[in-house]
Amino acid sequence: MNSAVERVHISHVEMKEIVKTFPGVMACNHIDFDIRSGEVHSLLGENGAGKSTLMKMLYGMLRPDGGEILLDGRRAVFHSPADAISAGIGMIHQHFMLVPTMTVAQNVALGQPSSRGFMLDLDVVSDKIRKLSAEYGLRVNPDDLVSYLSVGEQQRVEIIKALYLGASIIILDEPTAVLTPQEVDDLFVVLRNLVAEGHGLVFISHKLHEVTTLSTRVSVLRDGHFMGTRDASCLDRDELVRMMVGRELKEITPRGYSGGAERLKVRDLHVQGDRGTEVVCGVTIDLHAGEILGIAGVAGNGQRELAEALIGVRVPTSGTILLEDADITTAKLNNRINAGMAMIPEERMQDGAIKDFSVQENVFLHDHSDPEFSAGIFLRFKKMEAHARRLIQDFKVKTPNLDTPIRNLSGGNIQKVIMARELSRKPSVLIASQPTRGVDIGASEYIRERLLLQRDNGTAVLLISEDLDELFSLSDRIAVMYEGRIMGLFNREDTDVQTLGFLMAGLDPKGESLVGPGCE
Amino acid sequence: MRDIFSFNVLAGVLQTMLSLATPFLFAAVGETFSQLSGVVNLGVDGIMLLSAFFAFYTVLLTGNIWLGLLVAIIVGLLMGLLMSVVSVTFKAQQGISGIGLQILGLGLSSLLFKVLVGTVRTVSGFRRMRIPLLADIPFLGPILFNNTVLVYAAFLLVPVSWFILERTTLGLKIKAVGQNPSAADSVGISVNGIRYLSVCIGSALAGVAGASISISISNLFQDNITAGQGFIAVALVYFGGWSPIGVMGGALLFSFATSAQIWLQVLGVDIPASLAVMIPYILTIVVLTVSVNRGKQPAALNKQFFRGEN
Repeated sequence: MNSAVERVHISHVEMKEIVKTFPGVMACNHIDFDIRSGEVHSLLGENGAGKSTLMKMLYGMLRPDGGEILLDGRRAVFHSPADAISAGIGMIHQHFMLVPTMTVAQNVALGQPSSRGFMLDLDVVSDKIRKLSAEYGLRVNPDDLVSYLSVGEQQRVEIIKALYLGASIIILDEPTAVLTPQEVDDLFVVLRNLVAEGHGLVFISHKLHEVTTLSTRVSVLRDGHFMGTRDASCLDRDELVRMMVGRELKEITPRGYSGGAERLKVRDLHVQGDRGTEVVCGVTIDLHAGEILGIAGVAGNGQRELAEALIGVRVPTSGTILLEDADITTAKLNNRINAGMAMIPEERMQDGAIKDFSVQENVFLHDHSDPEFSAGIFLRFKKMEAHARRLIQDFKVKTPNLDTPIRNLSGGNIQKVIMARELSRKPSVLIASQPTRGVDIGASEYIRERLLLQRDNGTAVLLISEDLDELFSLSDRIAVMYEGRIMGLFNREDTDVQTLGFLMAGLDPKGESLVGPGCE
Repeated sequence: MRDIFSFNVLAGVLQTMLSLATPFLFAAVGETFSQLSGVVNLGVDGIMLLSAFFAFYTVLLTGNIWLGLLVAIIVGLLMGLLMSVVSVTFKAQQGISGIGLQILGLGLSSLLFKVLVGTVRTVSGFRRMRIPLLADIPFLGPILFNNTVLVYAAFLLVPVSWFILERTTLGLKIKAVGQNPSAADSVGISVNGIRYLSVCIGSALAGVAGASISISISNLFQDNITAGQGFIAVALVYFGGWSPIGVMGGALLFSFATSAQIWLQVLGVDIPASLAVMIPYILTIVVLTVSVNRGKQPAALNKQFFRGEN
């Protein structure tokens, strides 16, 4: 091998019986995983299945609570990424680890011994980068400032960094999530070159079509459990979907859904994400009074941005939102709330509550100016307390008292306080994002009952969830969102987990790819 | 009045300027290291005060100026270690711990001065060192090449620091830790180690800055002898855009303002003394308001680093 850099050679990495627990969750429950040089071993699973956690342990960012890691049969213990790097393992993070104010060469040289002792040897580094660049088809200019590079280019810098560090095994954590379709094609060319040169790649993804085109082997994780490994030669997409999302289905009792009046009309909505790329690509939906419309999909397919655009904390680039036929596309958040909209945000501690405020103060985050609770600039504390106490009892919030800082409550109880606040306004439209994520079973059941009650009382509810069980047991209609688009809209009785699972992975029910990733 | 514009006065103003720029340079270049690694050390003035006292007291006792300088550096290092332990290891808010350091330095130096010295005493500090030949250059020669060794060292510090920051692996690490500590951590750089080192470099240099006041410029010690110069030094880092060369420009500007007002008073120009003394401070506020280039500010400045947050 005539490569520009020395590679630390590993031919087989094994992770055995790996256990990792976080407070309240078993992120990895006795997982076995291995990777050989010259193959792509994909790690497939939904969000929270334990893929990233498992790989962070292989890269020394987390310490396993149990199990062992073997490099070519020898036991290895990694205390930090530096240990994993020197053992020949590299990782391309979802959030790039680059210093934007430095050039590509400076980023690559960072932390590496220099050929000139304490003095930098950026010219030598640049030469090696050019060689690596030519060798693997990674187009990168060593003198460019990283802050001027596109996301795809920055990813190539990360790959160069890993190669420069001598990585033999490279972990790619959802590398296509931030790329345009063209960039994905380019990346796959590079990855195939790497495999041909004998590198072993771990490809973390939840997109079936990418996994099936690239992999040698596929392993599936679900809820921290290892579900099995399949060879690429005998991949059965139905089976993979079942392994990934398949759960015991509860009996569905059909409830007469007649379809009430249209409350919220969304027409061809386009919204940009934090990175400035379009993540909601022309969504059109109608939300009716007295229904729960479920939005299914793996997190990161534009659901959060859609919810934010509907409630008014994110400005859509185009399209219209009508509330009871009034155009609210650009209306202020406060006006939307006063017009009858309410939201249960996905990040409840960040967007739904103020951690250090008391339970009562959190109940009054918005309604403090309501004439019922204030007179001019003065607050009417007795009325506020009575109201808060009523809500706390009504929603069965377990809290020592009303003055307890909300951060001291459990996730489920915080969520109940948020729900109590939002529902006490008797909204006509409720947008609930992942309302039961990270919430214990008891509170989850209660929150679901409340959502159903709200529906029965005539509220139009948009329920965004990754939990298919939840969607099936609550929704009247279910839409699937993938890569910013609505892939299909079904009455609950007319669909099944299998169909939704395919659509969530961007495939039609025959397993054919429906669209490329990203907006046009 | 016409005396003011004579050659001799101008030469005097310039030479005083170089001398007064010395503490600014040591302190502000030092603070540049600290801030580039992501740590704002607001305790510079306190370190300068304590080091100034110990340098002065050592010289008073032993008469050895080099020993005085060494003690000042050691005191600076110890104060830097204290700042690092509190802000880097225990992740306290940097602004608060820096002000704590300032109050400690101010109080302790005053207390020790009262207890150990008690009255105004002078010492024989660093003397001017004439550099042969160069000092014979007409006009500029005596201004530039007839100064104390600390003045030469202060101006030599600027290119040396620039070289360290721009041309060495250490400089790259310091800047990476201040810009994106997670990225530095991910390639095996010890974020806390680099921050300790940078804060200690900065604090040791603040120690030299203190010594330059008490055993080179004034040759005495009194309560709060720095009169806030350490805070101006922190401001100079922002003014200089986190570059030693920019910092030097700022140091010269402020020491020129101070020097000019001193000479105006010496020559008996009729402006109220208290107003004249205010000039450098007013200049600080004005210049900082108009000049700070936030684009160059280290992105992780004033932020504690916790591994695995991203």
